[in-house]
Amino acid sequence: MAYQFDFTFIPDYAGMLGQGVAYTLGLTVFGGVLGIAIGIGGAISRLWKIRPFDGLYQCYVELFRNTPFLVQLFLIFFGLPSLGIKLVEWQAAMLAMVLNLGAYSTEIIRAGLQATPKGQLEAAESLAFTRRETFFYVMLRPALLKVWPALSSQLVISMLGSSVCSQISAEELTFVANFIQSRNFRAFETYFLTTAIYFGLAVMIRQLLGAIGRYAIARRAAS
Amino acid sequence: MPLVQTNRLHKFYGTNHVLKGIKLDVEEGEVVTIIGRSGSGKSTLLRTLNGLESIDDGTIEVDGTALVAGEGDLRALRQKVGMVFQQFNLFPHLSAGQNVMLAPQVVKGTNKREAAEIAREMLARVGLDQKFDAFPDQLSGGQQQRVAIARALAMSPKVLLCDEITSALDPELVNEVLTVVRRLASEGMTLIMVTHEMRFAREVSDKLVFMHEGRVHESGHPQEMFAQPATPEFANFIRSLH
Ligand SMILES: Nc1ncnc2c1ncn2[C@@H]1O[C@H](COP(=O)(O)OP(=O)(O)O)[C@@H](O)[C@H]1O
Ligand SMILES: [Mg+2]
Repeated sequence: MAYQFDFTFIPDYAGMLGQGVAYTLGLTVFGGVLGIAIGIGGAISRLWKIRPFDGLYQCYVELFRNTPFLVQLFLIFFGLPSLGIKLVEWQAAMLAMVLNLGAYSTEIIRAGLQATPKGQLEAAESLAFTRRETFFYVMLRPALLKVWPALSSQLVISMLGSSVCSQISAEELTFVANFIQSRNFRAFETYFLTTAIYFGLAVMIRQLLGAIGRYAIARRAAS
Repeated sequence: MPLVQTNRLHKFYGTNHVLKGIKLDVEEGEVVTIIGRSGSGKSTLLRTLNGLESIDDGTIEVDGTALVAGEGDLRALRQKVGMVFQQFNLFPHLSAGQNVMLAPQVVKGTNKREAAEIAREMLARVGLDQKFDAFPDQLSGGQQQRVAIARALAMSPKVLLCDEITSALDPELVNEVLTVVRRLASEGMTLIMVTHEMRFAREVSDKLVFMHEGRVHESGHPQEMFAQPATPEFANFIRSLH
């Protein structure tokens, strides 16, 4: 007997799916913005060996880049309450995303800053720029432009990885999919749809970030 | 009193004694060219003059701002000493105009409109007023180097250091840069330069400094030095040029 595909459940759950998508995007955008901010801070302290932040950042980066995201999430959600830090699902999910992306961004941005040609730094120095001025006016923008594709990829990877947050009942897209599937028992259709949505989101984020990167590069001609 | 004055200047890279007690006086408006073999310490000397390299002993004084064995107000010194590099080193994310505007804005707090005015003026001085909005990668090497000169001039330095600024250029682009330097010299700019363009050096320099193994081996008026080398090392150096 051939399997009968049935996608008629979609309208009933459209609102729920929309909320799941919004949750997932929220995690990604929030994680991306704060993660990159953390990454810039981390890259600065590692690059200039600002104590004690450089050491702390190094431990943090190594820890988060060498452990599974799911375990990081469990540690935050189930572990921290033992230390008196209680977070509800969405807070734990956000924190895990921010910390995870921050660790990867630190390494990506550091590589970009490190790739600043020595001559640029000497030119800035010879013009009497302080280290801080050199950073903001000479290093940061070219470095971010250079690593933008890598940051974009990381953001997409993290967006896809955020599905793991369903494990602590954060109501993102995968959580919603699991819920729907438990109701309609249409596993294939439900996860096929979910796959398609993730795929669409990934393509969209990639295109959007690519456009932002191209705009930033093109903008120079206008300014 | 000379505008630039160094005394007993010593510099080590590890155990490599690169500058061995340099004494150099440069008067205001003077054009001084430093020549010598590769590795004799020419670049290092220039780089100590605006604090790009620290010094291990001795003093540097530029227009009243002193550096004693590395201690002193580097920011003040650097504002008085402009530098142009062999590799141009323009900021790639900024237009020619913005490259020139940046330091006055950031370091001197000049407002944007004023900085733009300065930039136009400086770009005009190097013959590039048409290229205000061009980006470095849209300019030839010679044009980039002229923008770099304008960028240094925008800080109104007392003295301009030029370290082999035509060495990275294709031969046909060398002259446009030398023309700019010649004009600066005739306008009374104090210049200290390292160059391999010997004919040019003899033409524009008031003083020639021959460096050899970290010392000022011989110095004086270019025509006289070339006519009558005082040391066998300089005589050898001249011979090696042909
Ligand atoms: N950053 C550096 N670290 C170590 N040694 C250096 C450095 N820069 C220059 N030197 C050494 O100092 C000496 C003088 O170099 P330099 O001033 O560049 O000579 P020149 O410009 O006359 O060719 C050389 O022996 C060179 O190897
Ligand atoms: Mg040199």
